[in-house]
Amino acid sequence: MSGIFNGTVASITLRATLGRRRALLFGLPAAILILVTLALKASHPSTADWPSLILGDFGFTVVIPLTALVVGGSVLGAEIDDGSIIHLLATPVRRSSVIMTKFAVATGLTMVFAAGSELVAGLIATGSATKLVMALFAGALVGSLIYNALFIMLSAATTRAIAVGLLYVLVWEGLLGNFVSGVRILSIGHYALGVANAIAHDSSLHAGLSLTTAVVMGAIVTVAALLMAMQRLASFSLRGDAV
Amino acid sequence: MSTIELTGVTRWYGNVVAVNDVTMTIGPGVTGLLGPNGAGKSTLLHMISGFLPPSRGTLTVDGAQAWHNPDIYARLGLIPERDSVYAALTGTEFVRSTAKLHKLPDVGAATARAIEMVEMADAADRRISTYSKGMRQRIKVAAAMVHDPAILLLDEPFNGMDPRQRLQMMDLLDKLGAEGRTILFSSHILEEVERLSGTIQVIVAGRLAASGDFRAIRRLMTSRPHVFAVRSSDDRLLGASLLSRPAVTGVELTGKGLQVRASDYGAFCREIAVLARKHDIRLLELLPSDESLESVFAYLLAS
Repeated sequence: MSGIFNGTVASITLRATLGRRRALLFGLPAAILILVTLALKASHPSTADWPSLILGDFGFTVVIPLTALVVGGSVLGAEIDDGSIIHLLATPVRRSSVIMTKFAVATGLTMVFAAGSELVAGLIATGSATKLVMALFAGALVGSLIYNALFIMLSAATTRAIAVGLLYVLVWEGLLGNFVSGVRILSIGHYALGVANAIAHDSSLHAGLSLTTAVVMGAIVTVAALLMAMQRLASFSLRGDAV
Repeated sequence: MSTIELTGVTRWYGNVVAVNDVTMTIGPGVTGLLGPNGAGKSTLLHMISGFLPPSRGTLTVDGAQAWHNPDIYARLGLIPERDSVYAALTGTEFVRSTAKLHKLPDVGAATARAIEMVEMADAADRRISTYSKGMRQRIKVAAAMVHDPAILLLDEPFNGMDPRQRLQMMDLLDKLGAEGRTILFSSHILEEVERLSGTIQVIVAGRLAASGDFRAIRRLMTSRPHVFAVRSSDDRLLGASLLSRPAVTGVELTGKGLQVRASDYGAFCREIAVLARKHDIRLLELLPSDESLESVFAYLLAS
């Protein structure tokens, strides 16, 4: 494990990530989710299906992916953009270790901000730790993991990681995912919903994949994205001054 | 004793050639990589530091290929041009983190030694975000030197520094070079290289234009043909007199005065003063008209 996870890289990454102004955005989707939940709880206290709608639809298509996008982009993309990554890479630390450590940090932060807010909002909505709340929390943890693998790969592969990530979240998952059922097989949001729905079945979640499909596809996407990110960082190059 | 060897190294980006067939060997001591902006100095440093593959040719650091070889960082320190550090960390945290990444046996001692070397002990516990440009540059040197590398690469290390900070950095590099380390730094400022290095590599338009002892190359630079714009109280008389001097190779009357071509900068400057006094001519203006660094480099390339 010590070869894959580097405590020093994790510490630098955490300090640098939380030290940027962008860190203020980490909690923004979470705050909106909790505020909307509080407002709905106050106005619709007795309606049974709104918790799964707000926590499932809004939580899994907006809060988790956008939090992961901002966090995943910060732990690697921001360091590549400002050049500070050089100080990590100009050491004998394996670049695969840099990727895995940053992935772990980003996933942890996303779990705290996004999955944590799902749990808090769920507790507010239902008033107790129901099976649905815990299922959504588990799905959010899974979503945090897979989304970060994808967004870290994008950060290593392109300088426009945030734009490409937004396109994926808003157009592929948000738009096409609702109209074209085949798109769901390549939708991280549906992998997470598939896990949540398997734990506490609820038709309001609009889960489009079985547990097996969600887990297998989620694992494939995570592993493939991380391998690609390692390969890209291993070939990380600085562009010089062209004549 | 560490050596960097480049043989026929070429690097291109699409159709643009950034470095063109460069062959050089850089050994212990301070070597300056001199050239105008955009000449290919940074591209060369990026290739030497393993952050860019050559498109053609071979490049080795102590016999090992630099590209795709993180092991070279055990004996190489890099200070990039971009002013990018982990600003949220203190100086000590930054250097200590680098020592940990190098898996040094005594992280505390190595950190203290590196910070002491760059004379940053007083400010080491402040956040890097509060540092001046010169302080950031020095803490970057401390981090790059914490594992006591035999090779140090610095890309435009004096950019943005005030004169005092420059002198401090120059003294430090002098000291490191005298210890037998291989120090390679890039600069587009002749005086920086003149002050620091005995050996220079001059890069112009991606090609190695001159290489070797600084003094010999400096002589070559100063003995090249020079063009001066001259205005005086009697341009015709001065022009005729100048033509009789061996240091002058041509004189042209222009609407604004004289344009004089001289083969020797120093001799011409002495002789024009003597001639003006002898013929009682007042010199109103004497301007070297081709003194840009680019023209100096272009001459070196042509010769």
